[in-house]
Amino acid sequence: MTNQIPSLYHKKSWRSLFNRPETMTFTLLILALVGASLLSEYFLDVNYILRSFTLTAELSIAALVLTMVIISGEIDLSAAANIALSACIFAYVQASGAPMTLAILTGLFAGLVMGSLNAILVIVYQLPSIIVTIGTLIFYRGLAQVIAGDKSIRVPEWFIGVNTKMVLGVPFPVVIFTATAIILGLVLGTTIYGRQIYQVGTNNTAALHAGIKSNRIKFGLFVLLGVVSSACGIMAASRLGSVRYDLALGGELQMVLMAMLGGTYIFGGRGTILGTFLAAWLLVIVSTGMTVANLLPAIQLTVLGLLLIVAIIATNFIYSRARR
Amino acid sequence: MIKKTILSTVAAFTLASGMALSEDIDIVFIGKNTGNPYFDSLTQGFVEACDVIACNFEFVAPATAEATSQIPFIEAQIQRGVDVIAISPNSPDALNQVFDAARAKDILVLTVNGDITGNEEHRDATILPTDFTKVGADQVEMVGSLIGYEGEVAILSATTEAPDQNFWIEGMNKTLETDSKYSKMTLVATVYGDDQPEKSTTEMESLLANFPKLRGVIAPTTVGIAAGAQVVQSRGISDTVKVTGLGLPSEMRDFVKDGTVEGFQLWSPYNEGWLAAHFSVGLKNGSMENKVGGTFQVPNLGTITINPGNSINTQAALTTFNAANIDDFNF
Repeated sequence: MTNQIPSLYHKKSWRSLFNRPETMTFTLLILALVGASLLSEYFLDVNYILRSFTLTAELSIAALVLTMVIISGEIDLSAAANIALSACIFAYVQASGAPMTLAILTGLFAGLVMGSLNAILVIVYQLPSIIVTIGTLIFYRGLAQVIAGDKSIRVPEWFIGVNTKMVLGVPFPVVIFTATAIILGLVLGTTIYGRQIYQVGTNNTAALHAGIKSNRIKFGLFVLLGVVSSACGIMAASRLGSVRYDLALGGELQMVLMAMLGGTYIFGGRGTILGTFLAAWLLVIVSTGMTVANLLPAIQLTVLGLLLIVAIIATNFIYSRARR
Repeated sequence: MIKKTILSTVAAFTLASGMALSEDIDIVFIGKNTGNPYFDSLTQGFVEACDVIACNFEFVAPATAEATSQIPFIEAQIQRGVDVIAISPNSPDALNQVFDAARAKDILVLTVNGDITGNEEHRDATILPTDFTKVGADQVEMVGSLIGYEGEVAILSATTEAPDQNFWIEGMNKTLETDSKYSKMTLVATVYGDDQPEKSTTEMESLLANFPKLRGVIAPTTVGIAAGAQVVQSRGISDTVKVTGLGLPSEMRDFVKDGTVEGFQLWSPYNEGWLAAHFSVGLKNGSMENKVGGTFQVPNLGTITINPGNSINTQAALTTFNAANIDDFNF
């Protein structure tokens, strides 16, 4: 059909650009860049912005997978606690004399178990994911404190500094984040599996009738988020040089914030990896710009809150227009 | 239009960076968190010092006091190219890497009012209020004298990881265990109010509920002692439960005047800021040397010695505040 009337197709794709919430995120990103540059003369420095990104790279990477979970109609608020618990388990195993490879594998396995526990409770027992993952959030964070106590666990000197390793001038965590975004973006946007995630999130019953194994898809996403979160936890351990139970405390909200700012629809069915990718940069630019301008945290929180409200109103508006 | 804005931004950027040159030493002090009145006094010491000597001063702090919350602020100061970062660290080891990055850029890193114990090689020097090894014993003596050296006592601290508080609590435990003078006193609990008024109040109330025979509470943090005193005042139980610890005279004045709190201790945070500013400028302009065993002069404070580990004490012992002397202090 599109071959027969190419002009209409073109017109439509132009219009649909304005109907995409990522366009809003991108606009905010540009505005934030300009605003931050005006706010402080020290802001506009690519290396500084990249370095600042590494401070939240772990949360940003996990937020990419969380975006897929949200699109599928579920949510996982336990990912930040998973980051802390896997990091603590990894550091504990490593500090008790095990070789690094074994410690890393144990950490990743812990993430797999945590993701599976979420998946079992949500899918096998049919419990609402928001309640389940609030529960496991507290449970994982508590376990982390049981393991690490009130002390921090050090990692060996040679393992420290993943954020100072450069690939063509770009810090390694930023490279990982970008690569993850590209891979997940392709999976979600171009594969049948990706289409099915959207369908499951839009209407689970209809998807089931259409023969989509929605439980299997959701289970896989929870487990994937579990494993990716644990890898992020190990990365955070390398960046900080030490691990504590309060690592990434409150990070779950920041991750949801990234997905929302990127235009992901909280009730599922809509959203893109590109949106979350842009939103992660938006958040870094906004908070870095204000921090380097020595603005008080109270002002920073106010601005971030306003930003989220603006983004949600805009996203809702765009989606309701697109539906017509 | 966007292109135009970017162009004007770049223009503004180049213009501003050209004007930022100055002879003065740029000092920034990074507090544990905002909304902590203790740091107002410390900051005041910096501000007034920079009124008389050649320095520019700014204060910043994160919203919360968890271990990693200061990292973006340190990164920002490195980017700003300040000369001196003075900081009250929220963690004894999570800041090592970013401290190293700052020092690689020739920034002087001073820990103020608390140190990164065990990782001293990642900072240049530390400015402590007093001899911290004696604080625990002094505080036990303080609460002992209030309760007649007999009965149950508890500790209401800041966060579980707060390095200073944990060091003092260690000293308190050791004193209670080893000194026979305190053999009739038992420590029943150590709780943490996270330096938040609400949490500290809740912890204080649960202490009273869990330990009906409680006689004394040591709160070695300004937020904790004020919250503890508030609870005791509103319940009218100041005769049975004695609250003491480390507090600010300005916050504790009313509690001391109405008899809720008989006595508490502290040093002068103002003097720490005053000393840190003088030391920073002295090191940066070459008139002082950061050498163990060396001494230098600070107006109003006299001769200051650099102790082993590049550690500097602002005053020799804790000051005790009570009804007789509290009006002499205004911080």
